[in-house]
Amino acid sequence: MMAYLGRRLGQAALLLVVVSMIGFAILHLAPGGPMAQYAMGSNMSQEDLDRIAAQLGLDRPLPVQYAEWFWRMLGGNWGTSYRGGQPVLHVIGSHLGATLELMLTATLIAVVLGCWIGILGAIRRYSVFDYLATIGAMVALSIPTFWFGLVAIFIFSVELGWMPAGNRQTIGDGSLLDMLHHLIMPALVLALVETAIWSRFMRSSMLDVVNQDYIRTARAKGLPEWRVLSDHAFRNALLPMITVAGLQLPTLLGGALVTETVFTWPGMGRLFLDSIEYRDYPVVMGILMFSASLVLIGNLLADMLYAVADPRIRLG
Amino acid sequence: MIRDDASSRWHRILAPTRRGLFAIGGAAALAIGPARAQGTHRPPEKPKGQVIVGLSQEPTVFHPLMPGIEVDQGVWWNLFSTLWHIDPDGQFVPDLAAEVPTQANGGISEDGLLWKVKLRRDAKWHDGTPFTAEDVKFSLELINNPDFRVRNRVGHSFVKDIAVTAPDEIQWRMETAYAPYLSILSLTFMVPKHLLSGAADPNNTPFQNAPVGTGPFRWGSRTPGDNIQLTANTAYHGKGPYLERVVFKYIPDLTVMYTQFRTGQIDYTGLSGISPNFAREAQALRGRKVHVNPTASVESIAPNLEAGALADKAVREALYMGMNKKALIDALYYGLPTPTESFLPRQSWAINPDLPKHEYNPAKANEMLDAAGWKRGSGGIREKGGVRLEFTNSTTVGNPIREQAQQLLMQDWRAIGAGMRIQNMPAAVIWGEFWQQSKFNSVMVAVNYMLGSDPDVTPRFSSKAIPAKGGRGQNTFQFQNAEVDELLLKGATTFDQEKRKEIYARIQQIIREEMTILPIFQQALVEGTKDNLIGFRSNINTSSNCWNIREWYWA
Repeated sequence: MMAYLGRRLGQAALLLVVVSMIGFAILHLAPGGPMAQYAMGSNMSQEDLDRIAAQLGLDRPLPVQYAEWFWRMLGGNWGTSYRGGQPVLHVIGSHLGATLELMLTATLIAVVLGCWIGILGAIRRYSVFDYLATIGAMVALSIPTFWFGLVAIFIFSVELGWMPAGNRQTIGDGSLLDMLHHLIMPALVLALVETAIWSRFMRSSMLDVVNQDYIRTARAKGLPEWRVLSDHAFRNALLPMITVAGLQLPTLLGGALVTETVFTWPGMGRLFLDSIEYRDYPVVMGILMFSASLVLIGNLLADMLYAVADPRIRLG
Repeated sequence: MIRDDASSRWHRILAPTRRGLFAIGGAAALAIGPARAQGTHRPPEKPKGQVIVGLSQEPTVFHPLMPGIEVDQGVWWNLFSTLWHIDPDGQFVPDLAAEVPTQANGGISEDGLLWKVKLRRDAKWHDGTPFTAEDVKFSLELINNPDFRVRNRVGHSFVKDIAVTAPDEIQWRMETAYAPYLSILSLTFMVPKHLLSGAADPNNTPFQNAPVGTGPFRWGSRTPGDNIQLTANTAYHGKGPYLERVVFKYIPDLTVMYTQFRTGQIDYTGLSGISPNFAREAQALRGRKVHVNPTASVESIAPNLEAGALADKAVREALYMGMNKKALIDALYYGLPTPTESFLPRQSWAINPDLPKHEYNPAKANEMLDAAGWKRGSGGIREKGGVRLEFTNSTTVGNPIREQAQQLLMQDWRAIGAGMRIQNMPAAVIWGEFWQQSKFNSVMVAVNYMLGSDPDVTPRFSSKAIPAKGGRGQNTFQFQNAEVDELLLKGATTFDQEKRKEIYARIQQIIREEMTILPIFQQALVEGTKDNLIGFRSNINTSSNCWNIREWYWA
């Protein structure tokens, strides 16, 4: 197990280097640059822009810039934001809490609700509930999240006045109740799509399992139906869901670009969008490396959990 | 303020012309606002309440001398002070200075080279340290420090031999007489010597994330990606502040910003204001006041004067004549902005009101092109000497109104045998090398040509300011005119406003005759405030309408 873990970590480190090289090259070779934001205001001349670019080290050859960035990153210095002048790790850290709060809540809702709908749909295949769940999932997956978000804001904030139209909390009110009040709508909107995904995967996985011989055996030996489902069907149906969960990890911390924008949620998604817009290379690279690490960790965890959940799988 | 009942009556009367509606709405807001402020409501004795300002971009730069954008400047106005500022009427108002130096009061020598500034004695930094002439000296020297990542050194680079003659008096010598420097200083915020002079790296100081100024509000807190909170500076040397707290709330989406204004979560829609498509609806909101304010930016088609057919003045004149400006403004901008012929806003003291008025006349435009030798070729596009009258037009992607305006122009110009192709790009691309190094054919862009309230446009139209030719400036049009060069030099070194007015009137005339830019309109910003928020005043001479939050209070 330890040898496997070591090998996978080694592969992951190598992959991160490759990702960083490709990301750095694409980002810097793409047209435009961080100086463009100043070009239209403040009476800054080309000379000013060139001077500032040189002070930021942007006038040096790309391999030199990359080598310096990579060396500093190895030492724990992920660079400084061009826009705000703050350390990249601090910038990422200051947006992580909001994303985690939103994504964890949404994922929790989605997992519980999605699994329940999926299991029920599989058990009562072709029932009215199953058809409704299928149609509902298709609708949720087909319509963009921002539309759901805007409609929810229009109905519950503008027309009914029950919910705040976005923001993480009322300024000056840091109470838990206030935070929950702000969290409900974005979390539900985000959970809507995720619930659809989880329910479809769960239904499919459950359908595979309920027709297996061991389920028939369990029933034949006289186990009550709920035990057949919970002890035999559900546990086995969860195996493919580990992959889904592993893939969800990066999105859990990577943020939801659209939902965060619509609900004015100060998370990673918006940070990423803003950093791209301003070509804040150090922050974009920081988020890229952070997300890549999460993908690799998510996959590694999924593989390891397989071994835990399924005794037939041996890692080594 | 327009209430629901009034709005419905006005709507019936004014429905046919949207511009009329907004003009009257704006006038009503302007008229009623000050009346209430001066009449029934007085500012509180002590700072009271808070105001939430919605911003569509996030302020992230808090060192007021470092490279920042418009949204950052809104915060600077509340944390820091300038020596003087310019009020909405274009008048210089002393702030940290005791009086604004002029040649008349002896603050500026007759030759314009020696400047003496008397400072007020009661100003203090937020940490209690007295503000002195040493801080002014330090600020000006920091700007010219080659190791410092300063925003720009326009005007400041002429400052030499700075001397503190008393704790409240400073003087310096200018390398050359430069009248716009008064205006430049009105946008230059002073920074504290006692906190910054010891920094090993002036570009990396704790001050950048915990700024200390002499402004009406102190730094409170920042939640990155969400909000910035400032608290009242009760030791402020000027008028106000009357609010206990100011919150700058980042709301990236304009539709969401408007929604939050509608639901009352924000008190003022700052920076980008309210989208024109929501303006009419916003006027009918109960408890809200809508302000239609002109800005200093002029929307135009900026041609590259060395790009193919656009190099021909006759082509530019014909394109201008073939442009249905009114239809564009009415259909896409709800009639809010005002058509213009100049690069200066009509509120500027230097505006030339006698420029020829635009005439939409496709038939005449066709005649002009015929006369200039541009003959119809394949596909109806004109040609001359093997050059086709074809060009690209670029603007920022994701700006739906501009994208529609391009479509209208494409149709207008097709009718006179000119082919325009749209080549839009993200902001980070178009305003980079593409714009700076004149790699475009033409762009649709809004530019504020002024230096504060000064009409000096040397960086924009001087032949020595073409970046693509190694010049120092922003003359990306590649405009070259010996008379304009001479006038610009004369205008920048003349202090008498009446004489300068004549100089800049002539410059505007030449720019209009040469069709250096094809001006469309002076931009208008639709902003909203809650109707019991008193003191909001739009100021075309500053970079942000957050300039006077110190004077805001709740009725």
